Amino acid sequence: MVEALTIYFWSYAWPLAIMVAQSLLLLVILLVAIAYVLLADRKIWAAVQIRRGPNVVGPWGLLQSFADLLKFILKEPVIPSSSNKGVFLLAPLVTCTLALGAWAVIPVSAGWVIADINVGVLYIFAISSLMVYGIIMGGWASNSKYAFLSAIRSAAQMVSYEVSIGFVIITVLLCAGSLKLSAIVAAQDTSWGLLGWYWLPLLPMFVIFFVSALAETNRPPFDLVEAESELVAGFMVEYGSAPYMMFMLGEYVAIATMCAMGTILFLGGWLPPVPIAPFTWVPDVIWFTLKCLFLFFMFAMAKAIVPRYRYDQLMRLGWKVFLPISLAMVVIVAAVLQFGGLAPK
Amino acid sequence: MFIHALFFYLFASVCVASAFMVIAAKNPVHSVLFLILAFVNASGLFVLMGAEFLAMILIVVYVGAVAVLFLFVVMMLDVDFAELRQGFLQYLPFGALVAFVLLGELLLVVGAWVINPSMPTTITAPIPTTVTNTEALGLVLYTQYIYYFQAAGLVLLVAMIGAIVLTLRHRVGVKRQDIGAQVARNKETAMEVVKVRPGQGL
Repeated sequence: MVEALTIYFWSYAWPLAIMVAQSLLLLVILLVAIAYVLLADRKIWAAVQIRRGPNVVGPWGLLQSFADLLKFILKEPVIPSSSNKGVFLLAPLVTCTLALGAWAVIPVSAGWVIADINVGVLYIFAISSLMVYGIIMGGWASNSKYAFLSAIRSAAQMVSYEVSIGFVIITVLLCAGSLKLSAIVAAQDTSWGLLGWYWLPLLPMFVIFFVSALAETNRPPFDLVEAESELVAGFMVEYGSAPYMMFMLGEYVAIATMCAMGTILFLGGWLPPVPIAPFTWVPDVIWFTLKCLFLFFMFAMAKAIVPRYRYDQLMRLGWKVFLPISLAMVVIVAAVLQFGGLAPK
Repeated sequence: MFIHALFFYLFASVCVASAFMVIAAKNPVHSVLFLILAFVNASGLFVLMGAEFLAMILIVVYVGAVAVLFLFVVMMLDVDFAELRQGFLQYLPFGALVAFVLLGELLLVVGAWVINPSMPTTITAPIPTTVTNTEALGLVLYTQYIYYFQAAGLVLLVAMIGAIVLTLRHRVGVKRQDIGAQVARNKETAMEVVKVRPGQGL
């Protein structure tokens, strides 16, 4: 009996406990990182417009996000009386949970991942295609015209840009020969260093991925879902306090996921840019973080610099520009790999 | 195996329950949301069986695209629930008859269903253990049955073109934005400098 319990403990309970501990660690680090990413976003935006940005709470405003967090959770959540209450409260939960769930498969360093599954890329793709439900549910359940219009816009926008992101991912998969995220990073590990990462051979796809990631996460210049000037705050207009915070959190975690995804697919994940001595001494996870932050800086600069697209222009860009280019690139990349003898394995 | 079984029963029971709620929910939007829950749990069952690629594709295609369109349509429809439920009693006897016949047929089929005793021994592993799921599917679809696969693709292409042809209308007098023409404008083509004499106008 005791023996059976011991076996049971070591084969089931112990791995489960380790997995839970890993998940909690990742969650805490991720949430703290998001707090500062949010601050960085506001600071960069402010700097471009020659403002100071948040600078009151803590030194240089470093504790601003935590002050915001306190404010959000202490306020009273208001639920509109004509809303569909269950769905109304479920929507922010769905957004937040899905966004955080994507991080289960992201390897931040060699072997530093909670679940290195064989179909990691597809998992993240599936999660990001589910993110649209948070918005549709929130928009519909609010029972408000602004929110509903925004939900309709977002459904069309996210489904459109998912198509081109899918083709971008396929070109990377053709080069790497695996759907496993760690294997994709390993495939970029050449003696060429930073020139061997996929951003250079697949440069057009990297650009398409970056722009589609902006559209997929509803970031400016594609934030027609929120569009403060016309839809006030879009699908979030009826939300306040903690549910609103969960929407914001989910949005920023999704942005972080897209940065991590871009890092893994195109910027060589945790690999050092130059594979020689002083660079290889730096821990892998630092390289990964730096690359993610670089991509996030680009996201923030796009928000600060580029004016918002008109809705029909957004659809034109997705369907008439990105889709044909990415379709052609899939064929070209496949042909080059096949007939150039470069295909993996 | 204990945890495996636990998750199987969890996914299976939630899947069946949400499938029931799809037809039992009063609000059609709730029905679609329960349908999505059923899809997600079905993909969980796929993962338990080791069909990870199928599980993810189920989510990407059905939940990520098809169900979004369902939800879209159901939200846009202005359904009058009172009117829908009006004829319920009127149609009840006929509906019950159909349901009864279906139940009888199902019972007959299940009752007569015998699994060949030698079957479990003849089944070979569908996926060789050395390759991943995705690779095995690719080998079957793109290598062994490539012509059938291409033919299926052609059929879908024809269906897609058919749908476009049915809905395409060429309306005259619609002003569309031509980005190429806009970018090609220069000072000479876009501006006309006119000298206006005082008191005379153009």
